[in-house]
Amino acid sequence: MSEQEYTPKSKVGKWFNDRLPLLTLANHLTDYPTPKNLNYWWTFGGILTFCLITQIVTGLVLAMHYIAHADMAFQSVEHIMRDVNYGWLIRYIHANGASMFFLAVYIHIFRSLFYGSYKSPREVIWIIGIIIYLLMMAAAFLGYVLPWGQMSFWGATVITNLFSAIPLVGEGIVTWLWGGYSVDNPTLTRFFTLHYLIPFLILGLVVLHIWALHVPGNNNPIGIDIKKPSKDTVPFHPYIVIKDGFALLMFMIVFAFFVFYTPNILGHADNYIEANPLVTPAHIVPEWYLLPFYAILRSVPDKLLGVIAMLSAILILAALPWLDTSKIRSAVFRPLYKQFYWILVADVLILGYVGAMPAEGLYLLIARIATAYYFLHFLVVLPVLGFKERTTPVPLSITEPILGGSPNLAAVKKKDSF
Amino acid sequence: MKNIFRISFILVLFLGFQFNSNAAEKVEYLKTDWSFKGPFGKFDRAALQRGYQVYQEVCSSCHSMKYLSYRNLVEEGGPEFSVEQAKAIAASFEVKDGPNADGEMFLRPGRLSDKFVMPYENEKAAQAANGGAYPPDMTVLVKARGDGVDYIYSLLQGYEDPPAGVTLDEGVYYNKYMYGNKIKMSNQLSDGLIEYSDGTNASVEQMAKDVTTFLMWTAEPHLETRHKMGFKAIIYLIILTVLVYFSMKRIWSRIETKI
Repeated sequence: MSEQEYTPKSKVGKWFNDRLPLLTLANHLTDYPTPKNLNYWWTFGGILTFCLITQIVTGLVLAMHYIAHADMAFQSVEHIMRDVNYGWLIRYIHANGASMFFLAVYIHIFRSLFYGSYKSPREVIWIIGIIIYLLMMAAAFLGYVLPWGQMSFWGATVITNLFSAIPLVGEGIVTWLWGGYSVDNPTLTRFFTLHYLIPFLILGLVVLHIWALHVPGNNNPIGIDIKKPSKDTVPFHPYIVIKDGFALLMFMIVFAFFVFYTPNILGHADNYIEANPLVTPAHIVPEWYLLPFYAILRSVPDKLLGVIAMLSAILILAALPWLDTSKIRSAVFRPLYKQFYWILVADVLILGYVGAMPAEGLYLLIARIATAYYFLHFLVVLPVLGFKERTTPVPLSITEPILGGSPNLAAVKKKDSF
Repeated sequence: MKNIFRISFILVLFLGFQFNSNAAEKVEYLKTDWSFKGPFGKFDRAALQRGYQVYQEVCSSCHSMKYLSYRNLVEEGGPEFSVEQAKAIAASFEVKDGPNADGEMFLRPGRLSDKFVMPYENEKAAQAANGGAYPPDMTVLVKARGDGVDYIYSLLQGYEDPPAGVTLDEGVYYNKYMYGNKIKMSNQLSDGLIEYSDGTNASVEQMAKDVTTFLMWTAEPHLETRHKMGFKAIIYLIILTVLVYFSMKRIWSRIETKI
């Protein structure tokens, strides 16, 4: 970064900063030159940080009252809901917070897909992001088991059983994961421990994610490299801080609506029935944010191949910077990619929908077509498109006039919203 | 080209929703006005007290209420019985306590701090007394059923003779709202079954509504606080958002760009 050497004004500040340059870091963060044309889709990074901190803080309080024991977990959650002061509020924030977290992360990921934020030189930011996303899914799954309701128990049974698909050692691994021969108390206690650990791993990775971001700087809606600092950038504080704050408040209104008025709508009613190993629920469904992957899993007739397909669906994202061969980042200047992007969005929504439906008949057929298309998009469409697509002219900077008679800034601004 | 993609996208989504509506033919539940629905919803105090009476006189012989304590009956946002009333209610039950100094378990009258007394010693005893079916605990029953209060309210009034071709085993009854239509609980409500202490006419519909309201409260005892706090929180957030919006406009007006 091309910022000038920072020296604190006060003597004490200078003394301290020479020993630990925290003030230099703070200065870097406030002055950090940010493209001035970032739209609201870029505010979700800040929103996600808020989500993570909310989950950690509410989770800490819940852990003070929760009892990780198969005989007492369900009852302790009811204790939190009834007798702990504002326990209901803390728990509803935590439970709905998970959904809000995923809502925000999906917007964040699809923003990146649209504007090509994963491309060089931002591959490492992207891959750290994918690891964070994987850990988020693990944390969410583990957390869903803790209330020890019917869906907790059977969800845990179904998901851990996936490991039995591994040849030879599968069964052994499942027994090892369970700590016994079925999902039971040892499973619950270890899931609680891991559920407590993962958020802090995520927090560490978030620091790396932001650090890696601050090396090349933000991508932007027109996806061009910009000089920093320049007329194209604004300092992070106050410009981006206030804008992120505004977007966060809008997000919090939606969040509050769920927490206060429909706190159980995103959960499954069966999870208010205490876990019973002798009664299997009619439909075992994961939380909404895992449904597309659940659909992919079930669309493959073979168990092992299904698990491989599901894992590949996530891991393929890590290879995205190399699968997308186009030199142009932003979909604004890629007319064909833009169409395929929206088809992918529709495809993932369809997968999510059929994931909630029973895997039979027409639903299964749709799930199979959508799964095939998902992989087709990444493995065929993206690599080929980079060579075949005729892109529209890209401006040289955000503020400078554009060469070659391409559309002016006003037109670019209009196109960049999606 | 663009339009073809857009249209196909919309078509696919539309078809998706079509399947949804065709897939499961939903039963129409009986409708009633619930005072606790909506952002300003509150419980009807009298309905809660009557609902408690229905639970006590009809349901509680089989269905436990294990997460509820007698003290909850006094608390704000609930039936709000007076402390004396609630003490009397608690004292009318015998609670097993102990061991005492001699190492013996003993029975004593209930106190406000006691949990609701269970109708059976354990799940097995409950099953043995009910033809193998376990009457579910009622504390969070409303939240444990996808269709919530409407489902419970309808189910209580949904008993009828089985349609031709449906044969029922001994101890199984036909209910048009039950998932799968077969239920092991017989019809419990009949007009005038109980005598409401406030003189309300105890029709089946009235009792079903009152007891369902009571069950909603047992499942969500803090519903009223939640609604009130939610209103304040959202108003606060909206005002703050507006203020931040104008500060943002002001700050960004220093440079030449639109946000």
